[in-house]
Amino acid sequence: MIEIEGVRKSFGPLEVLRGIDLTVRNGEVISIIGASGSGKSTLLYCINGLESIQGGRILVDGEDVHGRDTNLNRLRQRLGMVFQQWNSFPHLTALENVALAPRIVKGKSRAEAREIARAQLEHVGLGDKLDVYPSKLSGGQQQRLAIARALAMEPDYMLFDEATSALDPELVGEVLDTMRLLANEGATMICVTHEMGFARDVSDRVAFVDEGRIEEIGPPSQIFGAAQSEKTQRFLAKVR
Amino acid sequence: MDYTFHWRPVIRKLPDLLEAALVTLEVAVLSMVIGILIGLALALIRMSGKRSTVWFAVGWIEIARNTPALLQLFFFGFGLGAFGFHLSPYMIVLCGLSFNNAGYLAENFRGGFNAIPDTQYRAARSLGMSAIQAYARIIIPQVFRIVYYPMTNQMVWAVLMSSLGMLVGFRELTGETQFLASKTFRIFEYFLFTAAIYYGLVKIILGASRLIAWRLFRY
Amino acid sequence: MSETDSIEFFTSFRVEDLWFLLEAAGRTLLISVLGISGGTVLGIAFGWLLSIGRWYGAATLGWVLDVFRSVPLIIQLVLFFNFFPIVGFPLDPFGAGTLVLVMYTSALVAQVARGGIEAVSISTRRAARSLGMSYWQDLRYVVWPIGIRAVLPSWTGVALGVLKDTALVSVLGYMELLRASQILITRTQEPFLVLAVVGAFYFALSFPIARFSERLERRWSHD
Repeated sequence: MIEIEGVRKSFGPLEVLRGIDLTVRNGEVISIIGASGSGKSTLLYCINGLESIQGGRILVDGEDVHGRDTNLNRLRQRLGMVFQQWNSFPHLTALENVALAPRIVKGKSRAEAREIARAQLEHVGLGDKLDVYPSKLSGGQQQRLAIARALAMEPDYMLFDEATSALDPELVGEVLDTMRLLANEGATMICVTHEMGFARDVSDRVAFVDEGRIEEIGPPSQIFGAAQSEKTQRFLAKVR
Repeated sequence: MDYTFHWRPVIRKLPDLLEAALVTLEVAVLSMVIGILIGLALALIRMSGKRSTVWFAVGWIEIARNTPALLQLFFFGFGLGAFGFHLSPYMIVLCGLSFNNAGYLAENFRGGFNAIPDTQYRAARSLGMSAIQAYARIIIPQVFRIVYYPMTNQMVWAVLMSSLGMLVGFRELTGETQFLASKTFRIFEYFLFTAAIYYGLVKIILGASRLIAWRLFRY
Repeated sequence: MSETDSIEFFTSFRVEDLWFLLEAAGRTLLISVLGISGGTVLGIAFGWLLSIGRWYGAATLGWVLDVFRSVPLIIQLVLFFNFFPIVGFPLDPFGAGTLVLVMYTSALVAQVARGGIEAVSISTRRAARSLGMSYWQDLRYVVWPIGIRAVLPSWTGVALGVLKDTALVSVLGYMELLRASQILITRTQEPFLVLAVVGAFYFALSFPIARFSERLERRWSHD
């Protein structure tokens, strides 16, 4: 369970998050939508401790992410993250990309790590690209590689930061399909996304973030069918 | 033209010249190893942005790049001698070349680090890697590839620069040539052979570098 | 150390010596300007010849220039200084030094110039020709302005390198900055001070140009 309580975050004088409260239960898929610059991505970075916070707290299974004694490297193993810019490691093959962290972070043997990597790459449909370098993969394939890389750490939670925003339109589908697959398998996911179709079909709950606050949160049927906040309605009218 | 070329004495001394070429290669390689280590440190210090130490790195880099290598060698020679530190000719050349290499390589390394997007570091950390692991496994290997060709060039420069050893009494290839030539007055013949040996050395270095790159960089 | 020694330590370097160095710096500058400008003109011509890409060009000119880049300058200086009298053209240190510097610089510039010409894409040049420009007009109005932007930083690097390399002409006995420093050191017995002053001279010549080029490069890379 991830508990976010009154989180505040500023970059200098700019306050990006102004008190976010959100609880994510295990097995739940939550989509976070909102205009760009509303602080959605920053929230994800705060959840796995890549950004510090100025107020409130974030608990992952009861452990304070920004606590003084927290071992972030160990905590991050439970929080898989997929970035907008897929950030595959260009100097490693697909298999090495996925196998590296299990080996050096979790201390798995070389053979074990390769086995995990092979399984995860097959999982995301890249079973035939094991020895290929990222430069030879399409954007969609690189993003699926990034998903496999995160999954190989066997995380309890997956954080997706606009995983499809940097992709050419014809490549968005394959990545969304992979994300859908994970959701159906019961993964706990927090997805910052601009794909309203995905948010509506896959999420258990959708949160609309506006000016650093959660303006409205509820099941997709509520957000997309009967939004209570006027701001939510206005945003959705604009993006459709 | 009433000059007759005498090649025989030079050919007889060819083993001496080739031996001296190995000395040249040795001092160049050593100065590169030291230069890479110091250059990496200078680049990291410069990028750290801490005022108290940045001036030191910037000073080293700019002096190395904006004064003649020969002057730098003289500093390690009779410059230090003025303070009672007397280095051997070998050490003068090694220190001078290392100082120069470090300055140039530091700037190459800085450019290399700047070319790697921050997001690579973030992605590594998000997988639970420590800062050191992220640098050792993700950042440095990529920087290494970017600076590989500049490093090869610097190695060639190191070989060429080591010829300045002649002027501080070091018997590397040029110094040895000068020594032998002064005994026989066959200056032109000796230096022509030496020129050919340098050309061969440079070609070997470039060839080896290409071979290593081909083995190393598959992406 | 006695009292008189330490007094002499401070007085042996005189104001006239600074003039002596300044004059020598003038000669360093003179031979640098000659070497760089001559080498640049020649190097651009060579670079253009190489960019045309005929096999015999690469095999002959390309090879010769490669040799000039692969042999230490000091060897080239000694070699040619001793070669000119053999063929009946004895040259003084200044003449021989300038000639070798021009050749050496041209070999480095040729590589830069070739890079600049090849930095201009074929399609851009085709577009220029399709507008009815002649081959020379294309070079003058399209290739030159684009190419020079691409390689000015590398050319500056070459030029500053040559400026520092002129120190080696001292080997032939030409009285430039470094040779002057040797003479002063012998007389004053103050190597550290003299080397520091001479180093400052070189730095003052090189550093501003390096900084200016860096800034220019940064400005160009933004637009």
